[in-house]
Amino acid sequence: MKRIGVVGAGVMGAGVAQCLAQHGFQVVLVDLGADVLDQARERIRLDVRMGRLLNNGPAELDPDLIQGTTDYDDLAEVDFVIENITEKWELKQRVYPRLDQICRPDVVFAANTSALSITRIAALTRRPDRVIGLHFMNPVPMKPSVEVIRGWHTSAETVRTAEKLLAGMGKNGIVVGDAPGFVSNRVLMLTINEAVCLVHEQVATAEQVDRIFTSCFGHRMGPLETADLIGLDTILYSVEVLYESYNDSKYRPCPLLRQMVDAGLHGRKSGQGFYTYR
Amino acid sequence: METVVGSRARSDIREFIQAKFPGARFTDSDDIFGLGFATSLFAMQLVMFVEQRFGFQVDNDDLDLANFRSVDAMAALVARAAPAAVEQGVAGGTGA
Repeated sequence: MKRIGVVGAGVMGAGVAQCLAQHGFQVVLVDLGADVLDQARERIRLDVRMGRLLNNGPAELDPDLIQGTTDYDDLAEVDFVIENITEKWELKQRVYPRLDQICRPDVVFAANTSALSITRIAALTRRPDRVIGLHFMNPVPMKPSVEVIRGWHTSAETVRTAEKLLAGMGKNGIVVGDAPGFVSNRVLMLTINEAVCLVHEQVATAEQVDRIFTSCFGHRMGPLETADLIGLDTILYSVEVLYESYNDSKYRPCPLLRQMVDAGLHGRKSGQGFYTYR
Repeated sequence: METVVGSRARSDIREFIQAKFPGARFTDSDDIFGLGFATSLFAMQLVMFVEQRFGFQVDNDDLDLANFRSVDAMAALVARAAPAAVEQGVAGGTGA
């Protein structure tokens, strides 16, 4: 595997593309708009500098390693696809049959999703045994492990292929089964949603909630700072998916979370969430 | 001895950090990451602030957390890397 297709050039897609390129893979980065690809290039440039600042990594990346494109047909020759589009079923529903037509039959599709069913995504293709979940954490280049999700039909060979790619990216996988939210988000999203409820009910401020996690539990980051980092829009989608998947009221999104998303307060990427980033 | 301009660069940096962490108490020599209120992710915001405020790009060799650990360290970096930019930026920037 040398040439990897990365679909979606948002925060996660850009991070995946950067990490792949930093480990010598050729990347075809696809998104619908040239403006999104430009933003991704700038994000990657900044993140590479951040890697230099925090880990003494290389300060520059060979720009030829990442080919940005708006044409899905450029994925025809890739060896593996990592899909990172928005966590909306209607969007996934359109993308996967298209990937299935364009890519070689042997190519594995990895959905970088935090909540959607891998089994359901796989059913959109004619290769359900070669569809797997790779839930990367943000910021991708700095996180050593990835939650790997085995769908109902995912073959052992597909799991091995994905683990091999992850090893090539300097990461290891933790393979779990396919249930809505998997392990990570079933716990994390409920925690964040409950933290937002505490702020909404004026039980505590965002700073207080986070300090209890950092100062008392020793976590590196509190749930609301984590929410800002992930993006409040992504959090809301994820909680909504959990709610719809389990039909259990414990996953009901907090009204404040919905209101903040509607108001454009999407966290770190928008400059404002529970904290200000300007 | 520090110049008036250098001293104002220092106060600009301090003001930026204080605005991000209103409750934090720190001296110019304190390691702001060691004190716990600033995470390492904040370091990149400091890099971008220093570059925008003083109009220069931090050299790759200076992209080292040690240069951003304290107000003193950042003021020293700015004075070393862009003394002219400091004069110009501080003189015209604050509007004070």
